[in-house]
Amino acid sequence: MEPQSFVEIKEEWDIVGARQMGRNIAKEAGFGTVDQARIATAISELARNIYLYAGSGTISYEILEKMGRKGLIITATDSGPGIPDLSLVMEDGYTTSGGLGAGLPGVKRLSDEFDLRSEEGKGTTVQCIKWVR
Amino acid sequence: MRIPILKLNNYLLISIQTEIDDNTAIQFQEDLLNKIHQNGSSGVVIDLTSVEIIDSFIAKVLGDVISMSDLMGAKVVLTGIQPAVALTLIDLGIHLQDVPTAMDLEQGLVKLYQELGE
Repeated sequence: MEPQSFVEIKEEWDIVGARQMGRNIAKEAGFGTVDQARIATAISELARNIYLYAGSGTISYEILEKMGRKGLIITATDSGPGIPDLSLVMEDGYTTSGGLGAGLPGVKRLSDEFDLRSEEGKGTTVQCIKWVR
Repeated sequence: MRIPILKLNNYLLISIQTEIDDNTAIQFQEDLLNKIHQNGSSGVVIDLTSVEIIDSFIAKVLGDVISMSDLMGAKVVLTGIQPAVALTLIDLGIHLQDVPTAMDLEQGLVKLYQELGE
């Protein structure tokens, strides 16, 4: 397991920084261009959620090697207000910010594995894994 | 950071060459509408050849600016969407339906001539 790296999300521009770093890590790990775009896009959605709903948080990246397979774990963590209804935010088109409501369901489709945990008043953690094909 | 907007006769041409952050995207929306108004442009081509990612926010801004331009009487054609971007947009659930698109700038201009009957 390689050491973890992370980006703090505090300003709007950090969304770009987080997705660029994700793309670079994905490229080095051997992901193809389409998967690099999927990873960068997923990170962009997660980082924007942090910025919009929690104000600040982190995106971390970890290379995973398991049973001869290589993957990238992306974890988005914040200490924001949390999500009251998890099934609602996973519905396509649901939004409280006037966006397209594509964020979390989109991230799930862009990932191979997806996990969302949230506690009201404590924060939200989204973890997704993409495997090198 | 601002995205340059070039004027060509009745048209406006935009080639997005930089990584777009949210503020740049919003600024572009405003700049484009102002340019359409100033120049009385009837058509716009936005070339996305160098754009490596379009997330839901940028997709919304693009979709909105197309509707806004339409309200003002200008047709917008998107060109040069990369394969990885197209795949990612569909994964995200964003279909950009009813948006005129073309493979490249040249075909985008042809599409504008056709759409505008010029």
